[in-house]
Amino acid sequence: MTFETIRKEPGTFPAPPNLDDYEAARASFSWDDARRRLDGLPGGKGLNIAHEAVSRHVARGQGDVVALRYLDKRGGQRDISYAELDGLSSRFANVLADLGVEPGERVFSLIGRVPELYAAVLGTLKHRSVFCPLFSAFGPEPVQQRMSIGDATVLVTTPALYRRKVLPIRDSLPSLRHVFVVREGEEAAIPDGTLDLRAAMNAASESYEIGPTSPEDRALLHFTSGTTGKPKGAVHVHEAVVAHDVTGYYALDLRPGDIYWCTADPGWVTGTSYGIISPLAQGVTMIVDEAEFDASRWYQALQQHDVTVWYTAPTAIRMLMKAGTEMARQYSYPSLRFVASVGEPLNPEGVAWGQEALGLPIHDNWWQTETGGIMIANFASMDIRPGSMGRPMPGIEAAIVEHDKERGEVRVIDEPGQEGQLALRTGWPSMFRGYLHDEERYAQCFADGWYLTGDLSRVDEDGYFWFVGRADDVIKSAGHLIGPFEVESALMEHAAVAEAGVIGKPEPTAGSIVKAFLTLKPGYEPSEDLRLDILGHARRRLGPAVAPREIDFVDDLPKTRSGKVLRRLLKARELSLPEGDTSTLEESS
Amino acid sequence: MTADEARNVIIQAMREVAPEVDLGSVPPEADLREELDIDSMDFLNFIVGLHEKTGIDVPEEDYEHFATLQGAIDYVVRRSGAAA
Repeated sequence: MTFETIRKEPGTFPAPPNLDDYEAARASFSWDDARRRLDGLPGGKGLNIAHEAVSRHVARGQGDVVALRYLDKRGGQRDISYAELDGLSSRFANVLADLGVEPGERVFSLIGRVPELYAAVLGTLKHRSVFCPLFSAFGPEPVQQRMSIGDATVLVTTPALYRRKVLPIRDSLPSLRHVFVVREGEEAAIPDGTLDLRAAMNAASESYEIGPTSPEDRALLHFTSGTTGKPKGAVHVHEAVVAHDVTGYYALDLRPGDIYWCTADPGWVTGTSYGIISPLAQGVTMIVDEAEFDASRWYQALQQHDVTVWYTAPTAIRMLMKAGTEMARQYSYPSLRFVASVGEPLNPEGVAWGQEALGLPIHDNWWQTETGGIMIANFASMDIRPGSMGRPMPGIEAAIVEHDKERGEVRVIDEPGQEGQLALRTGWPSMFRGYLHDEERYAQCFADGWYLTGDLSRVDEDGYFWFVGRADDVIKSAGHLIGPFEVESALMEHAAVAEAGVIGKPEPTAGSIVKAFLTLKPGYEPSEDLRLDILGHARRRLGPAVAPREIDFVDDLPKTRSGKVLRRLLKARELSLPEGDTSTLEESS
Repeated sequence: MTADEARNVIIQAMREVAPEVDLGSVPPEADLREELDIDSMDFLNFIVGLHEKTGIDVPEEDYEHFATLQGAIDYVVRRSGAAA
C-alpha cells in the first residue's frame, strides 16, 4: 500500500505557523539571529540554560504563567508557575551549593516525572553543575556503568528505586557523595545513606544568583550506546539552548499560550531537550504526566487539558493504534494543532492514523542524543510524505555521504535515491562536545567537517530524507538505542552461557526487540527452565528496557576468523535474508 | 475458574515474561507497576500469554483491572465464568 503525500495549505490555518515558508526560512536563517531570541544572563554574564528556560520569563513579568501542570498517578493535579519553578530550582541550586558541590560536577537522576525532577534539572544548571538523567527501567548494571563513567557526585531518586537499583552497586561508586530521595507520600523512613530532598529544599533559600556561565560550559550529559564497548556519555553545553529554543519554535511550532505535552521519559534526551528545556524556553505550559502509557488516560488528558501541541513516539502511537481508532474517537481534541513524533521512523500507517483518530497527521522528525535537538523535521506548513523524516532545520546542512575511513574523506552523494550515511555539517549549537573520557570515539564521529550519524538514509529529488537503517549493530527498541555488547556481557555472566550474540529483531510495536542467541557451556542443556533463568538474570542486571525479550539456544554462533560474533549474519538468518559475503566466516552452521 | 486457579495462571503468565519477578510475594493490593520492574511491552506480552493460557481476550479498556494482583485475579475469575 502506498501513502499519498499529505498536502498542507498554510494559508488556511487559523494562525500562520512559525515556519510558513520553508525555503525562505532556510535562506534567511542565521544562528546569530537564533541567539538573539534569547536574553543572556543579566549584566552580560553569559548564557545559562536555566535562565533562558525559567528566570527570564519571571523577569519579564510572566511569572504567573503555568510552567508545568503535573498530573500525578492517582488523578491529582498541581499547577506550578514559572515563578514557583524558578524558586524551586533555586532551592535545589542552594542545596547543591550548601553541600559544596562544584560547578562542572555531575548530578544524576533516576526518577520518573515528578516536580522535583524539574527543580533538580534546572537547579543543577543554575549551579553550573552538569545534569545527567537515567532511565528508571534500567537495571543496576546500566545504572552502575553510567554513574561510574559520569563520575556521579549527586543522585536524585526515589526510596524504591534506590533500594532496588542503587544500593546493590553503591559501594562501586566512590565519587557518589550525596543521594537524595523524593518520598512518595508520607512514608516515615528513608533508606540509610540517603537524604530527604523535600526537607533539604524546604530548608534552602529560594533565591539564587546564577554565576557567570560561558556558552561552552558543560551543562548536560546524555548516555547513548555504541556497537562495542561501554555506553557513551554525550556532553552538551549551555549554548545548546539556542538550538533547543529555535527548533521548538520551528519544528514543534510552539508559541506563547500553548499547552504542550511531551510524553518522553525523562531518562532519555528527548525528555530533557523537549520535555523540559525547549518548551520552557518558549514560555508555554507543559503537561507532565507521572503515569506510564495508558491509552484511555492519554486521550482523556489530551482532551481535558486542551493540549495544543503533542510530541510523542512511534511505539506509543502504535500502541494507541492497537487500542483502536474507536477509543480515540470517544474523545475530542478541538484545541490540538500539531502532533509530532520522534524515536525511530514513524511508519506511514502511523502518520495516516493520526488523521483518522485525532484529525491531524503526525509529523515525524529525526535527531539523536549527539545532535541535542531536532535536525530534520516535517514542519507544520510543509507537505508530509508519510514515512519520511522530513527536511533539515533552517541552519542545518544535512547530506547523504560515503565515508572513506582509510583516507578520512567524505564524499557527498548528490544523486537522489542513493543510500548512504546521513551526515551533518558541524557547528550547530547543540552539537555534542565530546563523549566523556572517550576522545577517541568522539573523534571517530567526524570527518572532513561532517558529523557522521551512523544512520543510513537517502534523500529524494525534493530534499525529503528517508531513514534506511543503522550503519552499525546498535539496536533501536522503542526509540532507545541499545548496545548489543552491553547485553551480551550481562548474558555471559550467567553460569550456563558460553557465548552470546545479540541482535535487533523487527517487531511491529517497538520497531525492534532485543533477541539473544546463546551457546551453552558443557554440562548445560537447553530447557525452558534454563531459558527463563537466563532471562530473569538478564532482566535483573539490565532492567526490562535493555534485557532481551527473546532468547534462542544455538549450537554455535557465526564468527569472523578473528572470533568476533557476526551479529549481521545472525540477523540475516533470523529474518531469512541473504547472508551476503561470508568469506571471513570461521564456521557456518 | 477459581481464585486459586486464576492466581496460578497469572503468576505463570508473568513468570514467562519476567521470570525474575516473584508475584507470589507481592501484596495482593499493591500497585504492580510500582512493585515490579516491568514496562509497557512486558505488560502487553503478559496479556498475550494470559490469553494463550485461558482464552480470555483482555480489551485495552480493561487493562486497569490489572493494576493489582487481586484486581487481576478477580477479573480472570469473572471473565472465565462468563466464557464458560
